[in-house]
Amino acid sequence: MSVQNFPPIYSTVVEIFQWLKSVYKNISFPEKGSCLSSGRSLAPRGRRSCSSIGCIVSVPFGSHNNVWSTGRDPAIWEADTDAVYAALSHHLWSTFTAPEAKSSNEDLKEMLESNKESLKLEAMKRVVGLIAKGKNASELFPAVVKNVASKNIELKKLVYVYLVRYAEEQQDLALLSISTFQRALKEPNQFIRASALRVLSSIRVSIIVPIMMLAIKEASADMSPYVRKTAAHAIQKLYSLDPDQKEQLIEVIEKLLKDKSTLVAGSVVVAFDEVCPDRIDLIHKNYRKLCNLLVDVEEWGQVVIISMLTRYARTQFTSPWKEGAMFDEDNEKAFYESEEEKKDQTEATPYTMDPDHRLLLRNTKPLLQSRNTAVVMSVAQLYWHLAPKHEVNIVTKSLVRLLRSHREVQYIVLQNIATMSIQRKGMFEPFMKSFYVRSTDATHIKTLKFLFLRDSDAVFPFLFSSSQTYVKSQDKAFAAATIQAIGRCATDISEVTDTCLSGLVLLLSNRDETVVAESVVVIKKLLQTQPTQHSDIIKHMAKLFDNISVSMARASILWLMGEYCERVPKIAPDVLRKMAKTFTAEEDIVKLQTVNLAAKLYLTNSKQTKLLTQYILNLGKYDQSYDIRDRTRFVRQLIVPNEKSGALNKYARRILLAPKPAPMLESAFKDRDRFQLGTLSHSINSKATGYQELSDWPAVAPDQSVRNVEVVEPKPRNLNSESEEQSSDESDETSSDSGKSSSGSEKSSSESEPEQKKKTKTKKAPQKKSKAAAAVTAPSFGPVKTHELLHHMTGKGLSAKYHFPRQPCLYQPSMVAVQVILANSSDHSLEKIHIGDRSPAGLNIHCFNTIERLEPEASVTVSMGIDFSDSTQAANFQLCTKEDQFSVSIQPVVGELLMPSTMSEQDFSKEQGKLLGMNETSATVAMATANTSSQAVSKQVLSVANVGVVSSGPNDLHRFAGRTVSSGALVLVSLELKESSALLTINTEKSVMASMLLRDLKQALALA
Amino acid sequence: MIHSLFLVNASGDIFLEKHWKSVVSRSVCDYFFEAQERATEPENVPPVIPTPHHYLISVLRHRIYFVAVIQSEVPPLFVIEFLHRVVDTFQDYFGVCTEAAIKDNVVVVYELLEEMLDNGFPLATESNILKELIKPPTILRTMVNTITGSTNVGEQLPTGQLSVVPWRRTGVKYTNNEAYFDVVEEIDAIIDKSGSTITAEIQGVIDACVKLTGMPDLTLSFMNPRLLDDVSFHPCVRFKRWEAERILSFIPPDGNFRLLSYHVSSQNLVAIPVYVKHNISFREGSSQGRFDLTLGPKQTMGKAVEAVLVSSQLPRGVLNANLNASQGTYTFDPVTKMLTWDVGKINPQKLPSLKGTMSLQAGASKPDENPTINIQFKTQQMAISGLKVNRLDMYGEKYKPFKGIKYMTKAGKFQVRT
Repeated sequence: MSVQNFPPIYSTVVEIFQWLKSVYKNISFPEKGSCLSSGRSLAPRGRRSCSSIGCIVSVPFGSHNNVWSTGRDPAIWEADTDAVYAALSHHLWSTFTAPEAKSSNEDLKEMLESNKESLKLEAMKRVVGLIAKGKNASELFPAVVKNVASKNIELKKLVYVYLVRYAEEQQDLALLSISTFQRALKEPNQFIRASALRVLSSIRVSIIVPIMMLAIKEASADMSPYVRKTAAHAIQKLYSLDPDQKEQLIEVIEKLLKDKSTLVAGSVVVAFDEVCPDRIDLIHKNYRKLCNLLVDVEEWGQVVIISMLTRYARTQFTSPWKEGAMFDEDNEKAFYESEEEKKDQTEATPYTMDPDHRLLLRNTKPLLQSRNTAVVMSVAQLYWHLAPKHEVNIVTKSLVRLLRSHREVQYIVLQNIATMSIQRKGMFEPFMKSFYVRSTDATHIKTLKFLFLRDSDAVFPFLFSSSQTYVKSQDKAFAAATIQAIGRCATDISEVTDTCLSGLVLLLSNRDETVVAESVVVIKKLLQTQPTQHSDIIKHMAKLFDNISVSMARASILWLMGEYCERVPKIAPDVLRKMAKTFTAEEDIVKLQTVNLAAKLYLTNSKQTKLLTQYILNLGKYDQSYDIRDRTRFVRQLIVPNEKSGALNKYARRILLAPKPAPMLESAFKDRDRFQLGTLSHSINSKATGYQELSDWPAVAPDQSVRNVEVVEPKPRNLNSESEEQSSDESDETSSDSGKSSSGSEKSSSESEPEQKKKTKTKKAPQKKSKAAAAVTAPSFGPVKTHELLHHMTGKGLSAKYHFPRQPCLYQPSMVAVQVILANSSDHSLEKIHIGDRSPAGLNIHCFNTIERLEPEASVTVSMGIDFSDSTQAANFQLCTKEDQFSVSIQPVVGELLMPSTMSEQDFSKEQGKLLGMNETSATVAMATANTSSQAVSKQVLSVANVGVVSSGPNDLHRFAGRTVSSGALVLVSLELKESSALLTINTEKSVMASMLLRDLKQALALA
Repeated sequence: MIHSLFLVNASGDIFLEKHWKSVVSRSVCDYFFEAQERATEPENVPPVIPTPHHYLISVLRHRIYFVAVIQSEVPPLFVIEFLHRVVDTFQDYFGVCTEAAIKDNVVVVYELLEEMLDNGFPLATESNILKELIKPPTILRTMVNTITGSTNVGEQLPTGQLSVVPWRRTGVKYTNNEAYFDVVEEIDAIIDKSGSTITAEIQGVIDACVKLTGMPDLTLSFMNPRLLDDVSFHPCVRFKRWEAERILSFIPPDGNFRLLSYHVSSQNLVAIPVYVKHNISFREGSSQGRFDLTLGPKQTMGKAVEAVLVSSQLPRGVLNANLNASQGTYTFDPVTKMLTWDVGKINPQKLPSLKGTMSLQAGASKPDENPTINIQFKTQQMAISGLKVNRLDMYGEKYKPFKGIKYMTKAGKFQVRT
């Protein structure tokens, strides 16, 4: 539609419209919804709202012929051009699709353009209300978009909501807002950065793809894990907008997969699944890390990681299932269905599980106790698909627990249980009672429960007695399912067939038609499997025949009569006689079976039934249904000998009375095992879009060493991509000169002990502390260095490393948070790892909780808090296991004793003015050439000290601010660049710290 | 993952829609409405409905359908669990989760949904984090906001989001530090005609209300932890500690939360606290039926059985019931055929009974099944499984908190077949 022409013609359109209003009172106007899709619920509402305006006009949008379907006065329209039409329809679009908003949209626009924040906010709230109702508010776009840079955070958020909703429709206008987000991406507040990225990536406008790409790349190296998480989400958004970016996005994914943060792990795996699920090679190096992080990842991330790892494991490890086969292959052969596995058995190579495979199973097991049902289900499917057969049973209890949950959860879980129990009978037998059906269950749940119940032999007596109750249930669909289940029981468990049959026969005299019909159908199937001694039942059914009116049941009885007419020679002809009487009134399916019966009787007992058969065939010949006419003609040719029919006649008996194979009664869940459990595809039993097949186990395991890189790698990843190589180098080094370094560390710790005893510092006043905590905001995250705490040689297998996560300490604001990674590299598990004596005695440490047990090869990350009282004195303490004690020490770097502080440039200068004279330390630094850009400078400074960047203008002066953790004293760092050198100034009342910090910074900046 | 969400009320109107990716037309719900029409009861709508281009996964809570639109493979439980979490959050914020409440707070609802999902993947679902981001609406705060112009939306990233304890916010302060734990057990049972128990099991939960300053680290131990057969934890509970020592060790979230739900091992016999004597009969040919019901206490360990409510869905043929209750009141809804009898407390000396006749449709044949009786009751100060909390200790903080533990037993799905 040509919107460019819109403004000049607008007035005339409105005039025409007004005029129309007066002339036409009852013209119908199709709603947007009904034009497109005849939305059921839309149409009535649209009509209602239109009539409130009093004029209903019909405009067939998008077609230019037949302009007004009322056709009363087309002359007036012939004069006008397409432009009028287009403008009019545009106008109608926007006003009529939200008709009551017609007037209010105007004042919403006014409110949005006013100067008062509160009015704007109120207007935005109403706009969001319109969006929520699904009404069109797109015409407000220009007015709304102006507020994107608003100071009011709630207003801003609502504008974001609006923007994301309509940006796709109003691409040009949406571009106006982009610069705001680009600016916000540079904010020091990580929350604002993250939400800017969220919105920017949600704006589905293809022109901004390069901008998005750049933003994602930058954010993926952000210091805040929260921003990195948002970047992971943005990857999928960009990919769906422009799949051509795949290659670049994979690079980002690769980088983020290496991230150590539990916050990022889940989101990046979602992105991986979406963008490049086939790039399994990206997972290798991160496999062990993901396994170890799993317990700490948020629950939604756990679900996606587990299902991704399931697929991964299926490609990388050999089948653990053959192990069981070797032990008891005689009796349990039935379990091992696939051909491939049978081959494996013959090879009889001893199976040992890959330690990585074991690691996955071990680390997912505790998650069975999650409160999140999706997590429990995903662990269950992992065990089902990956664990050795004898270990799968541990999931049953947890799955049964889920049956207590909401109706919808029960539904999905029962579906999965049904599939499992078909393949492994008896798996859920100990929990049979949880599957008993309650009258309050919804029908589909009852049916599923019952489907499942019949699997077990043990439960049969109960099943049968309570099925009597179930059959009487008013829920007829369920009653029918019950009868089917009894039928399946009878076929599956041969000992009870007779009991079942007699029970079913009893049901034949039930008053309810559906029950009877269902029973007959099931009996028919049953008798077919064992026809020998059941003529009594057939007779009984014949007796009941008159009372049964459901056609399916009647047809079934007729078929049975025909099939076994030789066993009931007296009754069958009589039934045929009755049918001949009512033939014309029967339904098609019954008629067909009558013809069948007649033909069979003619062949076996032609003396009695010849005339009857003739009569029925004649009736069939003139039936209305061509199907029946066809069948009649065919049967007549087949059985009645005449000159034309020739050879076929001789075989009639063999054709009609051939022994028929009994049908297999199968569960509806028989074929569902082709899908991975717990998936959508499994639930709907057809392949859903984006479903990824679970591959078969490889016959030979691929190279295990691909995952090795991170074995000795407890060091948190540097965000730079090159860290990969570094870390492996380092690990080599540490292992080679392990003896030396460990002895050194011991020595240093023993030396520093007496030193510390001399100095006992008193704690600072508490009010100062609280002030410090309040002022410290937005922790910044720099690259993290890991230090060794205890080498595994010294620690008899226990190794410990620590790093400063630069987070505010949870336990006390005056403490510095320290994360310790404990790893067990011995061959036995270590027990009761805890912190023992510490020195100096007054040292305030928040210990981690005792680790009860650390398995071999396992590692665990614990966090502790240490109050260093603003000194770089080492904190010495003992790391104890059940048997041993190791004294270790944590030597803080001065930069880690700080917390970043945010302040404006003015505040900075003001505070700096207060800290002159002896509180000022300065030095000239020779800058490395690589460090002259402002970004590089900040990076270097932040790598040394945990300070915050003070945003300032684009000059050569860089400012950083922080506070000491313990006492909250200000530490101000300023750096003035002068070509190849720089003047570094530190203002703080802690002069000792200042000089130490100066030294560290000098080193860092001089370093290339 | 989750593409869009539609909220549909009982009469089949879409009253709220939210899209996380590009907009999906409302008409996709037509498939849902079709399924809804086919279902006899609202509960019978299948939770997963495939349509040509999308998949609809829905949950029904508080007579509202939450219909999520999915475009590609995702574990259905993932979506279902999330939708239930949404409902829980609404309930938490607005007290009730009704159509009216959602419509009244549409802006908060939208802000919440925006925070809970990003591009269809859950972002913040922990109530402690959400409450820092978006403050729940209270009358006082609405008034203050209108006067001062401040907002409900937080400007900082919630501290919990980054920490290792994402469920707890930092800087919690209370003048009265208190921690309350409710041990609530439910008995699920099916009793057959003759009064013998077909199946009975005990499901329990421990709900907590913790209002403690700072970062307390709590441990809760039981006298008889062996009773707990199968447990599921709030994410705050340390798995390892439980596995090794059977002790619950955790840093609690602030406020109300469910610490633990458990199942009592089925080996133990379940004591059924009430018995029912019933005689419900219809005679062929007569338009009268007899109804006779007596309740009595059984194995209650001396505690009173309270808040007893009996309900039964009578057969369709019953026109009316003319009964006489020795205690409490009864109602019979002739449309739904639902008989409810609010008994109250059972007095062991004088057993409550409900006796009388039911009138049947004239000429109709005798109903072929007897109604099932559902019973609800409560017993205070007793956990029927015998579970007992041994002690609660707090580490990491210096003050002495006030601690309280309450036990209660309730009927869960307690059915008596007649």
